Amino acid sequence: MLAYLTLILTCQLAGEFLTGALALPLPGPVLGMLLLFLLLLIRGDIPQALGQTADRLLGAMSLLFVPAGTGIMLHFRLLGEALVPLGTALIVSTLATVAVTALMMRWLGKAENDG
Amino acid sequence: MGSLQQTWVYLHASPLFHLTLTLVAFQAASWLFEKAGRNPLLNPVLVAVVLIVSVLLFTGTDYATYFEGAQFVHFLLGPATVSLAIPLYRQWHRVRRSALAIGVSLLTGSLTAILTALGVARLLGGSEQLLATIAPKSVTAPVAMAIAEELGGLPSLTAALVLVTGILGAMFGPMVLNLIGVKDWRARGLAMGTASHGIGTARALQVNETAGAFSGLAMGLNALATALLLPILWGLLF
Repeated sequence: MLAYLTLILTCQLAGEFLTGALALPLPGPVLGMLLLFLLLLIRGDIPQALGQTADRLLGAMSLLFVPAGTGIMLHFRLLGEALVPLGTALIVSTLATVAVTALMMRWLGKAENDG
Repeated sequence: MGSLQQTWVYLHASPLFHLTLTLVAFQAASWLFEKAGRNPLLNPVLVAVVLIVSVLLFTGTDYATYFEGAQFVHFLLGPATVSLAIPLYRQWHRVRRSALAIGVSLLTGSLTAILTALGVARLLGGSEQLLATIAPKSVTAPVAMAIAEELGGLPSLTAALVLVTGILGAMFGPMVLNLIGVKDWRARGLAMGTASHGIGTARALQVNETAGAFSGLAMGLNALATALLLPILWGLLF
C-alpha cells in the first residue's frame, strides 16, 4: 500500500514538474494520471495492491471536493450580484452539455460497434 | 466554566476541529443521501458544503482558518486524480475501440459547454468580464482558473462556478441521461466528465466503473480541449 501510494505521488510530482517546466495547458495531476496509465500499459497489468489503493482513494473522491466547495463562501457577494445570468447559464449549459455529449457518443458509438 | 470556554475557543480554531468537521459533515450528508433513496437534490457534496458553511458563519470562522484543517482532505484530490489511471486502464479495451467516437463527442461537448454558457450569460446581460469568468466552467478548477485569467475574467469566481457546475452535473446529469434514454455507460460517463469534471466523475464512479473510466478520461481531455479552443473562440467572438 505504502509503495503504491509513493508511486501515485511520484506520478503526480512528475506531472506537476512537466506541466510547469513545459508550460502545458493541463493540471499536474491530470498529466500524472497519463504517466501512471503509460506505466500500466508498459507493465501490462495492474498490481493488486495498486488497484486496492486507487479504489480506496476513488471511493472517497466526492469527499475530496468538499474543502474547495466550501470556498464558495468567499464569493457570496459576487455570486449574488450576478445570480440570474450566472445561475441560468450554469444550469442550461451543464444540462445541454450532458445531453449533447451523450447523444453524440451514442450515435457514433453505435456506428462503430456496427462497423 | 472558564476553562471549558477557553478550551473551546482554542479547539474551534484548530486544524483538528475543521478536519473533523469536514469528515463528520460529509458522512452526515452521505447518510442523508442514502436515507432519502439517493435523491439527487440531496447531493452529499452540496449538503456537506451547506452544513460546513453554516457552522463557519455561526462560529464566525473565516475560510482560511477552516482550510488549515481541511487542506489535508483537499490534498488527496491530486493523488485521487492520478488514480483515475486505474479505471482507465481496466476499461482501455473499450476506450481504444471507440477512440474516434470519443474524440468527436468530446469536441462537440466541449464546444457546447463553452458556447451555451457564453450565449445564455450574454442574453441575460452579462458583462464581458462575466463571460470570461464563466466560459471555462466545465473544466477542472486549476485549468479553468488559468483560462479565465488569460481571457480577463475573475479566476477566484471561476473556481466557485466550476464547483457549482460540478455539483449541478452530479445532481441532474443522471436525470437528463435517463430522460433522453441514453443507457450506454460509455456515453453516460463521457457526458458526465465533459460537463462536470471531477465532481461528475466521482458521481459516475459510484454508479459504474465503465462510466467512471470514461468520465475521468473526458475530464482530462476536456481540460486540454478547452485550454486550446477557448482562447481561439474568444478571439473570434470579441
